[in-house]
Amino acid sequence: MNAVLIALLLLPLLGAAVTLVPGLFGTDQHAAGRRALRFGAAVTGATLLLAVALAAGFDRGHPARMQATTDVSWIPALGVRLHLGVDGISLPLLLLTTLLTFLCAVYSLRRLPDGPGTPSPRAYTGLLLLLETGMVGTFAVLDLLLFFLAFEVVLIPMYFLIARWGGENRGPAAARFILYTLLGSAIMLLGFLLLGLHAGTFDMTALAQRHGRGLSHTTQILVVLAVGLGLAVKAPMWPFHSWLPDAHTAAPTTGSVLLAGVLLKMGTYGFVRVLLPSAPDGMATLAPYLAAFAVVGILYGSLACLALVRPGAKGDLKRLIAYSSVGHMGFVLLGIATLTPTGVNGALFANIAHGLVTGLLFFLVGAVKDRYGTVDLDRLTDSAGGTGAALYGRAPRLGGLLAFAAVASLGLPGLAGFWGELLAMFGSFHPAADLSRPTYLVFMALAGLGTLLTAAYLLAVVRRVCMGDPSTPADPPSSAGPALQLLDVQAYEAAAWTPLVVLTLVAGLWPAVLLGLSNPAVKALLGGS
Amino acid sequence: MTALATPMAGSLIQSIDWQTVAPPSITAAVALGVLVAELFLPARHKPLLGWISVAGLALALLSLVPLRDGTRATFCLGSSTGATAATGGSACSYVADHFTLVLQLLVLAGALLTALLSIHTVKESALPPGEYWFLLLSSAAGAALLPASRDLATLVVALEVASLPAFALVGLRRDGRGGEAALKFFLSSVTATAVMLLGVSFVYAATGSLHLTRIAAALPHVQPQLKTLALVGAVLTLVGFAFKTAAVPFHFWVPDTYTGAPVAVAAYLSVVSKAAGLSGLALVAVVGFHPYGRTWGLALAILAALTMTLGNAAALRQRSDTAHSAVRLLAWSSVAQAGYLLVPIAAAGYGSAEARDPLGATVAYAMIYGVVNLGAFAVVGLVSRRIDDYRGLFAARPAAAIAMAFFLLSLAGLPPGVIGLFGKVVVFRAAVDGGLGWLAVIMAVNVVVALYYYLSWTAKLFQPAPSTSAATLRIPVPLALCLGLAAATGVVLSLAPQLVLQITSGSLFG
Repeated sequence: MNAVLIALLLLPLLGAAVTLVPGLFGTDQHAAGRRALRFGAAVTGATLLLAVALAAGFDRGHPARMQATTDVSWIPALGVRLHLGVDGISLPLLLLTTLLTFLCAVYSLRRLPDGPGTPSPRAYTGLLLLLETGMVGTFAVLDLLLFFLAFEVVLIPMYFLIARWGGENRGPAAARFILYTLLGSAIMLLGFLLLGLHAGTFDMTALAQRHGRGLSHTTQILVVLAVGLGLAVKAPMWPFHSWLPDAHTAAPTTGSVLLAGVLLKMGTYGFVRVLLPSAPDGMATLAPYLAAFAVVGILYGSLACLALVRPGAKGDLKRLIAYSSVGHMGFVLLGIATLTPTGVNGALFANIAHGLVTGLLFFLVGAVKDRYGTVDLDRLTDSAGGTGAALYGRAPRLGGLLAFAAVASLGLPGLAGFWGELLAMFGSFHPAADLSRPTYLVFMALAGLGTLLTAAYLLAVVRRVCMGDPSTPADPPSSAGPALQLLDVQAYEAAAWTPLVVLTLVAGLWPAVLLGLSNPAVKALLGGS
Repeated sequence: MTALATPMAGSLIQSIDWQTVAPPSITAAVALGVLVAELFLPARHKPLLGWISVAGLALALLSLVPLRDGTRATFCLGSSTGATAATGGSACSYVADHFTLVLQLLVLAGALLTALLSIHTVKESALPPGEYWFLLLSSAAGAALLPASRDLATLVVALEVASLPAFALVGLRRDGRGGEAALKFFLSSVTATAVMLLGVSFVYAATGSLHLTRIAAALPHVQPQLKTLALVGAVLTLVGFAFKTAAVPFHFWVPDTYTGAPVAVAAYLSVVSKAAGLSGLALVAVVGFHPYGRTWGLALAILAALTMTLGNAAALRQRSDTAHSAVRLLAWSSVAQAGYLLVPIAAAGYGSAEARDPLGATVAYAMIYGVVNLGAFAVVGLVSRRIDDYRGLFAARPAAAIAMAFFLLSLAGLPPGVIGLFGKVVVFRAAVDGGLGWLAVIMAVNVVVALYYYLSWTAKLFQPAPSTSAATLRIPVPLALCLGLAAATGVVLSLAPQLVLQITSGSLFG
């Protein structure tokens, strides 16, 4: 088992190294590019199989116990140990990561942005594999400094994915993404050092077992502030979210999928894995503030989306989904801030659900962009005489999928988006004993308002993109030809999207699969009961 | 060869442990040998001088091996012999403890890489070979002597041996820039030396000794009316070393000197010269003026914060399309890096007895910085002195581009430059450990600012080439060797950071 987890880390890393070997994929540029993309799909596929094998071998009876552990010394001078392991919290995230990466690799086989100035597919494959190493590493390591290292590994590949394969305005967006995140993570490192030096260990499991014993209240608050800032930038928590809409708008489809599907989770995972168990007193003091910011994020995200979806606002659909991510991650943070098993379980569930649903949404929006050449809501609407983009009429399957993803995102019962947000609000109905209940009741009410607003803008999106009369010519006629003919869902698209649709349904109808894994682990992390 | 005999009481003849002093001595001997050999070599064999120098530096590096247990000392006062004097109570002028050995390794290996880089530069810029190699090796000998010195007189002499040839090296390029750069460098450096000598004389007057350990012992018991004198002396002495490390506000010579000098010399100044100055600063501050730790600790912390902030701000303002922009950017970034290097020394001023020695963090970071910075300079020597010329390097020279990306990201401290990241981690740890949280936060902000210019340079490497110049240029052998060595060291250290970070786990002295 532990060999599987090590292989899960090493395989993408070796794959990334292999792409650097000159002349490996042949001399003909075009063929070499295709071979490199296939190589990327093969490696990410093998990684996914390893993750599935890991899940199959996972002892479901004891999800709170770290399994598949490896613990060897790496840098004794710093006390850094190669300590790996999975439990019920990290296993679903590992599966989500490897799945989304594989789907992105499959999707890229056919739909990699090209054109003048775009680097070779070989570089793309190398960056994707390096990115996967960092993402898998973040969820698999149990050492604070190693966690920080993995946290940083994803920055450079994601920067280049945005800056080299992205759309309009990609340079500043990529720079903003990396500078923001790095500022957060540099402060986070200081928090880790403070925590590790005061506790005498950088080992997450040891820190979790101590539950903050031996750490003064001031230290804990400083640790939560410093580490929390880094994680909040990544999550992103309002008001540190401003890098996200730009990055998403500029990023290529696969970059957006991984950014929303996995990278944002690294922030919330850090809250649960590091801060909740290691500095519980500090968390208890600062949780109401975290919850307040989370609720502001929920409202702000949905209001921003409502503003974008208005006719005439020139709202970019990718930007809209990015803002909706701010709202959804607000629910995750609210769940964490309740400090109750219910809330944290809800947060972890919402994490996975958001990864699936928003990943799917970004894929679909990418497909819409391929077909219409734009994701500007106004221009989309104009393409069918101002009534709507008429996706139902022109590409019924694509339209149906988009509507499905939208209602999953707004939290329709029976789909993945429902349980996480419900549990997060339940958690804030009964927050942990030492938190002020009235405050949390207000937060809950505001979050409930947020779900209404979310439903409002997502339904408006469905109306403006999916509905409309397909036979009406474009207005003005120049923006797209009359009676625009669109390709419906292609085979490679179906291959990339079906797993996400199926898992969204499974998670919605049978939430116990996930909750059964995370609940014991969460209880252990929160200490007792 | 071991310590020969106990020194005869009252005799002027000291027993000298030649093996202990071998690293600087070999370097100096080879320097003289090269100067003489140049007179007798026919012109077509002149390139051999470069390889002789490289071999000499390699030999000097090898001579470090028998000293590795770090217990040797020589030129001692008092009764004990060299072998025990390193830990004993007597004062020695030359001590080969771990601090010395690690810094000599850094200085000599840095000089070796510079020499490989220089073989190309000497040929390309038609510099006079005999003079060039003599000056480079003399300066390296001084820089190797400096970390071993344990009295103020030897320190000053070593610092001058390291600096004076450097002025001439800067001026060797026979165009207007070189001369002006050398003059600027010379004048500011001589001022600093004069100030430092004044400081040394004050300290001597106040404590009655030049040996660092004895100064440290005497400082708390200085007569009250001499207290101010001792303090002023300490400050003035530190100023001299701060100049060498190019700490703000003694950094003005850096950008002009670097741009005026040949690339190899700029690389040498940014690594070897800086390491020498830093070791002197660390020695004087931590060993000599330890009783004033609180005072200079705070001063150095402020200096470090200013240095990194101003260095990064100036580096940010560099425009990539101007001539020499690459060298200028590296020059300012080296100022900023000097700020990071000062952080653990400042923390040492606050250190309590039982805490781990923060100096190791400085030394480890200096080694990491040395490797990747020399690598970056090697690429600059290969490609161009202007940043805009790096656009599309990946298409033309993939190996050089990937190496450059690795070096720049290591300087920035981001994976895949893992070793740069852990270098920053040990410096941060020293700051947090020493209670300098505010300095750690300032440094964190600076690391982010620095990332911007390193990253925009890195991004240029992978942009599409402006013109399709299909000519694949061969990399000259010495340059390839230099690049390969630096890149291989960087990659090995990234996989096994313990190799260099073990320096931080124990005390380097004794």
